[in-house]
Amino acid sequence: MILQHIADGILSGAIVSLGAIGLSFTMKLLRFANFSHSELLTWGAYGALVFLAFFASFGGFFDRTIGPFSFGVALLLAMICASVVTSIIALVLHRFVFERLSRTAGHMTMVFASFGVALVLRHLVVLIWGSDPIYYSNALQFAILLPGNVRVMPDQVFLLGLTIIVVIALHLFMTRSRTGIAMRGVAENPDLARVSGVNVDRIITWVWIIGASGAAMGGVLYGMTVQLRPELGFSLILPLFAAAILGGAGSLYGAVLGGLIVGLSENLSVMIIPTTYKPAVPFLLILAILYFRPDGIFGERSR
Amino acid sequence: MIGLVSYLVFFLILSLIFGVAVLGLNLQWGFTGLFNAGVAGFTAIGAYTMAILTGPSRDAVFGGFELPFVAGLVGAMIASGISAVIVGLATLKLRHEYLAVATFGIAVTIQLVCLNWEYLTGGTLGLIGIPNPSKAWAEGPLAQNALYLLVVLVVVGLTFAALERIVKSPWGRMLKAIREDEIAASSLGKSPERVRLEAFVLGCMIMGLSGALYVSFIGYVSPWDFLPILTFQIWTMLIVGGSANNRGALLGALIVWGVWTTSGFVISRIVPSEIQAQGGAMQAVLIGFILVVTLLVRPRGLIGEELYVSRHARS
Repeated sequence: MILQHIADGILSGAIVSLGAIGLSFTMKLLRFANFSHSELLTWGAYGALVFLAFFASFGGFFDRTIGPFSFGVALLLAMICASVVTSIIALVLHRFVFERLSRTAGHMTMVFASFGVALVLRHLVVLIWGSDPIYYSNALQFAILLPGNVRVMPDQVFLLGLTIIVVIALHLFMTRSRTGIAMRGVAENPDLARVSGVNVDRIITWVWIIGASGAAMGGVLYGMTVQLRPELGFSLILPLFAAAILGGAGSLYGAVLGGLIVGLSENLSVMIIPTTYKPAVPFLLILAILYFRPDGIFGERSR
Repeated sequence: MIGLVSYLVFFLILSLIFGVAVLGLNLQWGFTGLFNAGVAGFTAIGAYTMAILTGPSRDAVFGGFELPFVAGLVGAMIASGISAVIVGLATLKLRHEYLAVATFGIAVTIQLVCLNWEYLTGGTLGLIGIPNPSKAWAEGPLAQNALYLLVVLVVVGLTFAALERIVKSPWGRMLKAIREDEIAASSLGKSPERVRLEAFVLGCMIMGLSGALYVSFIGYVSPWDFLPILTFQIWTMLIVGGSANNRGALLGALIVWGVWTTSGFVISRIVPSEIQAQGGAMQAVLIGFILVVTLLVRPRGLIGEELYVSRHARS
């Protein structure tokens, strides 16, 4: 039983990790807690729904499911398109709301604005797609039985595989590419980066694209393995913040590890507390980490 | 005509009850700079305490002490205050956005407790039959509501007067000093931690008072009345009206609740009935939009902070 909880914890943790990467970066580079970040997961998931219908309409090769999975090429293409659309949404919000406020007002004003943005984004989903749960596919899947009587769905294996690929790709991007290195520089010291010739605005654009694409992928994977609901992202606010704070703002590995810790503790908690209180677990993690290590596991202590 | 008047009375009662919570938040954010994103949780504690203290006794559920209305109000404030002490001691070390995340989590947790601790809260069904004191004194819904409006007005008036006195006192100036520059304040021998806790607890007590007034008016309490969207509504009221101004807090409550109910009314008239369920979403979009636009266009709110100099310093 405990092995099953661990497997489920890693899988739900992977989704939280993907969402938390962007949140952690915006917290560090834009210096505000973006309460609307979780809504980008919702928009990614529902955006993919639209593109899925489009690509599936070609039929044949696009519509066929791949191997044991419940989805085909259409959903993979839809996920890419949804990442693009979600990035555009994030950049529009940045351009018209967050960037303006960061020039005229303090970063707390940006947090209030993110409350308002979250309200608008979440309820637009209800207006457009309704509030009933939706699924990408009705295809039946057979669980794979792993040693130790652990059952996982093929889609969940794909989820974990894709998360690992994304994290490796981001690792290479952050350590090898000029943009990635510049991004770390801006996170460390924006003024120093600016005088060293780094185009900070371009870096910020990249932060939003990476964050929004990660969120969109997390949303699609959530939709694939659970279901699509308008509160999909909203219900993940606390897990995402817990993962970002746990890992330390601005740290890629911190966000990934934080996501896994959140997923594992949520799923293992049901062994000691009633399931109905599971949503409070990320909050307890936040309290604990802020109490003992206010800058997260990987965060650098500010002097 | 009578319909309009009774609706206006109903509207004023609710917006003033919200106004009380906004006043509490204003003390925390407007004057002290404490980012409490868990307003819904502290109003819920006040509301449930009121229901337990004044409600009828029932089997299988705790409480039902049938205490008088005023005792319920006082009890609600005490309960919210005690929880605020516990929460404050655990979280007030945190700065700004971490405090926001932590208090947001507290509200989620409180709502989970309301939903699941059936012995105390009645679970998903909530608690019903909470007495409204005006029912004993007046006949007919309009007279009863008018009387309750009077009660609410008295509570709002007292809260407002007390807060105005408080923020203009030396203690109130200390709040602003801590908000503006904590290090400078502590170098003058003030104790920021203690004062922040005091302001937090007092603000949460006022939020609890608001929750108590609410359940007494509508006669029941349910966990669905204290969702995170309530926190967002109350924040919008404060931002729109103008933070660090108690008049602004009340004005914001009237305006935002006015927009909410008017838009709800309009939507119910023009939107076909099969998608009525989505009407609420339209209201929420509108509120979010108002919040963002206010921040962009008029960040001070409609009436922002007024500068005030101590009357001792002026002479």
